[in-house]
Amino acid sequence: MTGKPKRKTNWHDPLHIGWPLWVVSGSAVFFLLVPVLLLVPLSFGSAEIIQFPPTKFCLDQYRKFFSHPAWQSAVLNSLQVSALTSIASTTLALLASIALVWGKFRAKSLITGFILSPMIVPLIVLGLAYYVFLAKFGLIGTKLGLVIAYTPLTLPFAVLPISATLRGFDRSLENAALNLGANRFQTFLKVTIPIIRPGVITGALFAFMIAFDEVVIALFICGSTAVTLPKKMWDVIRYEIEPMLPAISTLLLLLAVFFLVSVGLLQRRLTKRMEIR
Amino acid sequence: MDMQTNSFTLNRASLWQRPGFRYFLLVTPALVALLLLFAYPLSRILIKSFFNPGFTLKEYVYFFTSPLYIRVMWITIELSLLTTLTSLVIGYILAYVLRRARPGIRNVFLMAIMLSFMISLLVRNYSWIIVLERNGVVNIVLRYFGLIDHPLRLLHNKFGVVVGMTHIFVPYIAFPVYSVMMGMDLNLEKAAQNLGASRWQTFWRVSFPLSLPGIGAGSLLVFIMALGFFITPALLGGRKEQMLSNLIQIQVVDLLNWPFASAMSTILLIVTLFIFFIYNRYLGTERLWGGVKT
Repeated sequence: MTGKPKRKTNWHDPLHIGWPLWVVSGSAVFFLLVPVLLLVPLSFGSAEIIQFPPTKFCLDQYRKFFSHPAWQSAVLNSLQVSALTSIASTTLALLASIALVWGKFRAKSLITGFILSPMIVPLIVLGLAYYVFLAKFGLIGTKLGLVIAYTPLTLPFAVLPISATLRGFDRSLENAALNLGANRFQTFLKVTIPIIRPGVITGALFAFMIAFDEVVIALFICGSTAVTLPKKMWDVIRYEIEPMLPAISTLLLLLAVFFLVSVGLLQRRLTKRMEIR
Repeated sequence: MDMQTNSFTLNRASLWQRPGFRYFLLVTPALVALLLLFAYPLSRILIKSFFNPGFTLKEYVYFFTSPLYIRVMWITIELSLLTTLTSLVIGYILAYVLRRARPGIRNVFLMAIMLSFMISLLVRNYSWIIVLERNGVVNIVLRYFGLIDHPLRLLHNKFGVVVGMTHIFVPYIAFPVYSVMMGMDLNLEKAAQNLGASRWQTFWRVSFPLSLPGIGAGSLLVFIMALGFFITPALLGGRKEQMLSNLIQIQVVDLLNWPFASAMSTILLIVTLFIFFIYNRYLGTERLWGGVKT
């Protein structure tokens, strides 16, 4: 035996990842993304029948989707409902987060739990509850009914990013403004809001996305007059053969990418603003 | 403030002086909205399940004595446990690799998990239909390579449901476990190995126990969500894989049996809240809420 004996350490670098782990974790990422990404090439295939692998390349599915009045109104309904829901729940969430993060009052932890509880109640239970509740006021099949149901549901998803932002906010900046003669209201509008704005917008985006994708409650209260995009997709997946779903899925995939990029940019802007002290 | 004054005689001005009260006013709009538009509708369901019109336990007795519903309950629990387990394994491995990977690869992995997390639930379930159905991608590929003669049955059974739900729940494990691991000092592993532990021993006796809080938080959350999950069993399950939530919908939409649907909803709600209570008690909600301190 010649040559240098291999230096053998009896410990490994904790940062070392063996190849089996790379294979398994790579497959996990594959599992998470590839089924959805497969829909992208399919969306450029025929609009008559879904074929794998696609045999032709065209935009028929997209053309069909954008020219179909029922799908147009579903998209429009979803946009309106989600935008209104997002405004309502972000407003409530901003006020509540200020109180929960900065205030001290009795039963605060109980109230926090209550505000975040819509996150864990099963959607099917909420769907049934809203069906009974909204029917009493004749709000089944209306956009207002959907906004009423979605506002509590999206509230926690707006509260979480907003309160995280507020916790990182340096309140001595407010004191500085107050010392310089601004009143509390001016301070809030001119100092606090501009700094925390990216966090608030993040909350609003989350609320929007949750409402835009909600289908279980929608099944109960959309009726036939306020059909949202997820409800329409649900009906199609369950009861019809509709070969333009890959196109719709691709568009929703783009929406998710857009959302992710926006949240990333907002976070970056937020940390930049928080650093200036 | 005069300590002798009892709260009933506090005048408005002094109440307004208390900073706690002013903050409380800010939280009132959200509280009122939740009480009227969330707690009240839910309480109606609870009441409906017990009164028809006089007090009765009829619906509950029927539920717990009918073999059909007992079976559905077991299927719900079984599928939820299976899903939690598979999500846990996949999510844990991802978190483990994320913790140790170089920043470049870590970011790619993180973006992939987050993107998957953000894509519409319906789209993700639909994509599994395309992949797993009789003439779906998996069967086409396997047949192309001559590995099978007849298409495999991958959809409308337990397999389909567990795959679809795992796909949705992996990030719910990966993120909390990852955040716990990020707070862990990797020198502890070096120390263990210095003291003679093998790599395997180091993992099971040092790294794994230290990541338990993340595992507990993630898997309880996934289990709670799986119990009440509706979309995936409806789309990817067969008749035998329908869970409690699917039966609730059938009772309402097809059979118009409100009292019974309300009773099932109440059971689901109580079980969910009970597990959540345990969670809160032993693990603290902070992890779940991503650190909203209470």
